[in-house]
Amino acid sequence: MTEQHAIEMVVNGVTYARKVEARLLLVDFLRDTLGLTGTHIGCEHGVCGACTVIVNGASARSCLCFAVQADGAVIETVEGLGSVDDLDPVQQAFRVHHALQCGFCTPGMLMTTIDLLRKCPSATDDDIRNGLSGNLCRCTGYDNIVRAVRAMAGERRE
Amino acid sequence: MIPQQPNVRVRILGIQWTRVCREMKPPPFKYIAAGSIEDATSALADNGGDAKVLAGGQSLVPMLNFRLLAPAVLVDINRVPGLDVVEENADGLAVGALARHHQLQTSPPVGARYPVLAAAIGHVGHLAIRNRGTIGGSLAHADPAAELPLIARLLDAEIVVIGAAGPRIIAARDFFLGAHTTALEADEIITRIDLPALPPGTGWGFEEVTRRAGDFALVAVAATVSMADGQVTQARIALAGVGESPARASAAESVLSGQALEDDAIDAASQSARDAVRPSTDLHASADYRRHLVGVLTGRVLNAAWRRTVREAS
Ligand SMILES: Cc1cc2nc3c(=O)[nH]c(=O)nc-3n(C[C@H](O)[C@H](O)[C@H](O)COP(=O)(O)OP(=O)(O)OC[C@H]3O[C@@H](n4cnc5c(N)ncnc54)[C@H](O)[C@@H]3O)c2cc1C
Ligand code: FES
Ligand code: FES
Repeated sequence: MTEQHAIEMVVNGVTYARKVEARLLLVDFLRDTLGLTGTHIGCEHGVCGACTVIVNGASARSCLCFAVQADGAVIETVEGLGSVDDLDPVQQAFRVHHALQCGFCTPGMLMTTIDLLRKCPSATDDDIRNGLSGNLCRCTGYDNIVRAVRAMAGERRE
Repeated sequence: MIPQQPNVRVRILGIQWTRVCREMKPPPFKYIAAGSIEDATSALADNGGDAKVLAGGQSLVPMLNFRLLAPAVLVDINRVPGLDVVEENADGLAVGALARHHQLQTSPPVGARYPVLAAAIGHVGHLAIRNRGTIGGSLAHADPAAELPLIARLLDAEIVVIGAAGPRIIAARDFFLGAHTTALEADEIITRIDLPALPPGTGWGFEEVTRRAGDFALVAVAATVSMADGQVTQARIALAGVGESPARASAAESVLSGQALEDDAIDAASQSARDAVRPSTDLHASADYRRHLVGVLTGRVLNAAWRRTVREAS
């Protein structure tokens, strides 16, 4: 039997304790073990950004981190943002500016945007394009995503 | 047998769905979370070359996911206390191996004393990569086009490592032995990177060309120039992406030495840097294009260094 490691982490405010094999990726832990399938998997080697979550306050690729490494961590995923009836302001901005089409990239875009705006609350267009450069979107052509984030940054500037 | 996670059952739109869980991508390994440097080096020594250090995981985990590597043991150093400290001292800056790219890029002493380092880190991957990736991992990974090895060569960094036989200090010029190959022994870990202080008023420049934002560079060039009485006292030019390891353009550096930094001298140095490289052609760019970039980017970084030197002097 493969060695199991007992881990405990807080995901969106809820504490989960599980036993995992060391090679289980954090993204697979979130999706398969916890059933939080809002975090998507695209490339599994750090390039597409679909799996981006926030680990201890900083955005990270959940496909490049083992669940066992996140023992004791505080994780934020897209499920921790708003609900259908009560969208988070970032989700609302994406909705208003039509910043998604198929939605596959959106969870990663949202979590990256949150980290970007925490680090750089009044981000300029350059900061926004730079900050989102690691998240691929095959639908929108990016302009509406930049517009949504710009609206958020603009609100904070005022 | 490949062990699996239990399948997930969810109810959506009144229908019971069973999500059959996938097999895991990385090969199996024994995981050791080191609590100290000694823990880490003894775990490496005990596993005779079949163990790997796990730092930010931003290069190692992709290789595991692709199954390009299958080490028996991973020694996670993320919980070793104090390994990420960045400290100014009389000789310069001591950077802990576990300092994350973003942490280093935004650290005040780096901004004040090594702006060329902060500028270079801005070109490493993307925000989420820079939040996790570490300087020690970047040097140990030794990608031929990576920014941090380039800066280590530029600034004549000293790389402090420790293994079963004790600590030693390796000069950056002796550290990089080839693509993804370094002077590290299998039981050694990098603990610290020492950056010697730059003379006051040193100008600097950093430029790279990539196919897409965040990619590894086709060519990257960095320079620092120190002047006294209108003449170059020390010029350093380092190149990445044109050989197996980052290298100094020493012929171009000598062209500048003792000269006033003017257009002619910069042109001559760029020409010299360009003539000295023997890049290869690959999927991403031809050898000719890379050589062309060396000339153009060397000119740009020297001009930037010149502007910055003059400004600081006046
Ligand atoms: C999408 C993407 C884009 C990227 N773009 C760039 C880029 O443009 N430029 C760039 O330079 N890098 C880039 N990277 C790589 C990134 O910079 C990595 O952070 C870095 O190469 C490795 O650092 P790490 O801490 O993640 O190391 P890890 O992945 O944990 O380890 C890498 C290697 O170093 C060894 N190692 C790690 N720490 C130590 C230590 N202290 N002592 C001894 N050995 C050690 C490991 O055993 C392993 O062999 C990119 C990565 C991704 C996923
Ligand atoms: S799935 Fe993690 S970055 Fe693509
Ligand atoms: S909305 Fe379809 S990938 Fe971005």
